Amino acid sequence: MSLLSVRDLVVKFAMRNNTVTALNKISFDLARGERIGIVGESGAGKSITGFSILNLLSKPGYIDSGSITFDGEDITQMTDPQLRDIRGNRIAMIFQDPMVTLNPVLTIGQQMVETLQAHRRLSKSDAEQIAIAKLREVYIPAPEERLAQYPHELSGGMRQRIIIAIALLLDPQLIIADEPTTALDVTIQADIMELLLELCQSNKVSLILITHDLGVVSQMTERTLVVYAGRIIEAGPTREIINDPQHPYSQGLINALPQQTPRGEKLKQIPGAMPALSAVPDGCAFNPRCSFATDTCRKTVPEVTRIDHLEVACHEVRRHHETEEVAE
Amino acid sequence: MFAYLVKRLFQAAAVMFVISLISFAIQDNLGDPLRELVGQSVSEETRDELRDELGLNDPFLVQYGRFLGNAVRGDLGTSYFFKEPALTVILKKLPATLELVAGATIIIIGLSIPLGVYTAIKPNSIMSRLIMGISIVGISVPVFLTAIGMIFLFSVELRWLPSFGRGDTVDVIGYWSTNFLTLDGWQHILLPSVALASIMLPLFIRLIRSEMMETLQSEYVRYAYAKGIAPRRIWFVHALKNTLLPVITVGGVQIGTMVAYTILTETVFQWPGMGFMFLEAVNRVDTPLIVAYLIVVGFIFVVTNTIVDLIYGLVNPTVKLSRMGA
Ligand SMILES: Nc1ncnc2c1ncn2[C@@H]1O[C@H](COP(=O)(O)OP(=O)(O)OP(=O)(O)O)[C@@H](O)[C@H]1O
Ligand SMILES: [Mg+2]
Repeated sequence: MSLLSVRDLVVKFAMRNNTVTALNKISFDLARGERIGIVGESGAGKSITGFSILNLLSKPGYIDSGSITFDGEDITQMTDPQLRDIRGNRIAMIFQDPMVTLNPVLTIGQQMVETLQAHRRLSKSDAEQIAIAKLREVYIPAPEERLAQYPHELSGGMRQRIIIAIALLLDPQLIIADEPTTALDVTIQADIMELLLELCQSNKVSLILITHDLGVVSQMTERTLVVYAGRIIEAGPTREIINDPQHPYSQGLINALPQQTPRGEKLKQIPGAMPALSAVPDGCAFNPRCSFATDTCRKTVPEVTRIDHLEVACHEVRRHHETEEVAE
Repeated sequence: MFAYLVKRLFQAAAVMFVISLISFAIQDNLGDPLRELVGQSVSEETRDELRDELGLNDPFLVQYGRFLGNAVRGDLGTSYFFKEPALTVILKKLPATLELVAGATIIIIGLSIPLGVYTAIKPNSIMSRLIMGISIVGISVPVFLTAIGMIFLFSVELRWLPSFGRGDTVDVIGYWSTNFLTLDGWQHILLPSVALASIMLPLFIRLIRSEMMETLQSEYVRYAYAKGIAPRRIWFVHALKNTLLPVITVGGVQIGTMVAYTILTETVFQWPGMGFMFLEAVNRVDTPLIVAYLIVVGFIFVVTNTIVDLIYGLVNPTVKLSRMGA
């Protein structure tokens, strides 16, 4: 049984005049100890996916339908106390910007101890001992002294390490990391990613890594979901998606990587931009930007097709695949 | 810390200097003090002699220097009416006013925090709408109307509470006698305190509510939820602390301002404080008393602001007092 199983998840935002769909029938599975990446351009719905798993959508967002089964229980049906029991305890989340994630008026110690005490009966000094041990695991120098410090006394990289330590406090089964290094200095981004990978492997924690950086995904994850305008348009083993992407959008993302472009040439960006939620085109949402688009693409939403290990939602890919099969 | 303290004290002294200058200029322009002192019957020569004796013919700056020198030693002139040092007259009235301000402050703090937090957490509940509606009315009705309305309702119609004076007070020390030690004292101070609080309270509820709502939208509050922290702790520890920081600064200034607002409240309730006294002094053209009042109120204002700034520095971990002094 997989640790996490998301089925036909639909998330909507109730706007003043209408309701827009932010996630449209998202389905995926995550095995115990597995690490997957969710990639896509800004506004694709990556963060919304992450927050949905904790049932922590902020208004006016809500889960409209579908199920999120974590360890056999449906998160979408849970009461507040049941959710509180899971959050920070069995599923931990790492936010994007460490400069605004920690509470500025509480010490590091207070913010670590409260997390432990929210889930376990522990004295303050016992909780502090656990906190110090976890700070040591993320290579924070002089961890005992950090407990009395306030967030503003620490650098961004240091704060993100502390947030990773907080994520590990209760030995969760799953960590959701939402662009954990985009707000950080380039020089320390790789360090933080490496640390996260090392800790997930040594503690056998599953990871959902949200990012728009395919390079990071290839180093960190075993499987990848490519998201576009609230749908998963391609999913499969990371190596295959990187080496042989099927969907024109995934191909566009790969071609836009700096490594794919010879020095001195301009990066090959996908033309156009992702549609706003209120203006998603009919048919395949990617069709206005796609050089292979046909009339079918403009009218009907593509079904998911299995091609070897990959799942792809694209009319053209499907047609190619079917003609190849007939030819065989 | 020390450097900051010194800097703050210097600022306070500078403000006091300006207040004293303005007060003195007012005194200089408020009629001839001799007329008040000696009356009509004295001849012009004696008047000139007296004038020389009192230093009234000296240049402005010399007179101001003398005034300042006396003021620093606590001598703010002698009240024409009471024939007593003006400062003494004021100090006798000060406790009544400060107790009134304290009563209003207790009401404001005691109600604005729970109501502000509640309306921020449950913005759409009927209760919240009611509170916000009443607070709008509270802001727009002038203090004297609130006061007269309350006297009519609670004193005249229902006969529950007295409408004027301080009632039974208990001597504490020096000129300070207090309302807070007898039931009668409490009954007397209730209506005036509510009237005085009636303007500030709605402002504070709205201020706390809007700050709190903003804080509840912040990333660190969402993160606290993601850690599984109970809502109660998120509201009262994570959010409230961040909410009150800006409120302290605004609030301190407002409490200082309330001392000035007491003039109206004290007059309506015949409260024997220095606001009531000030109005009488104006009627009697008791210039030294008027000037002394301005200086004392200015002084209270400066002191509360300084204290508030220091408290803010102490409770806000991101303000390093030592750095602020630099
Ligand atoms: N509170 C909200 N109200 C309305 N729309 C929202 C809200 N939050 C997010 N959205 C919309 O939902 C869509 C998905 O947002 P999401 O934050 O998941 O994007 P993302 O893929 O994480 O992008 P990024 O890379 O910029 O973080 C976006 O189009 C965004 O405009
Ligand atoms: Mg995002």
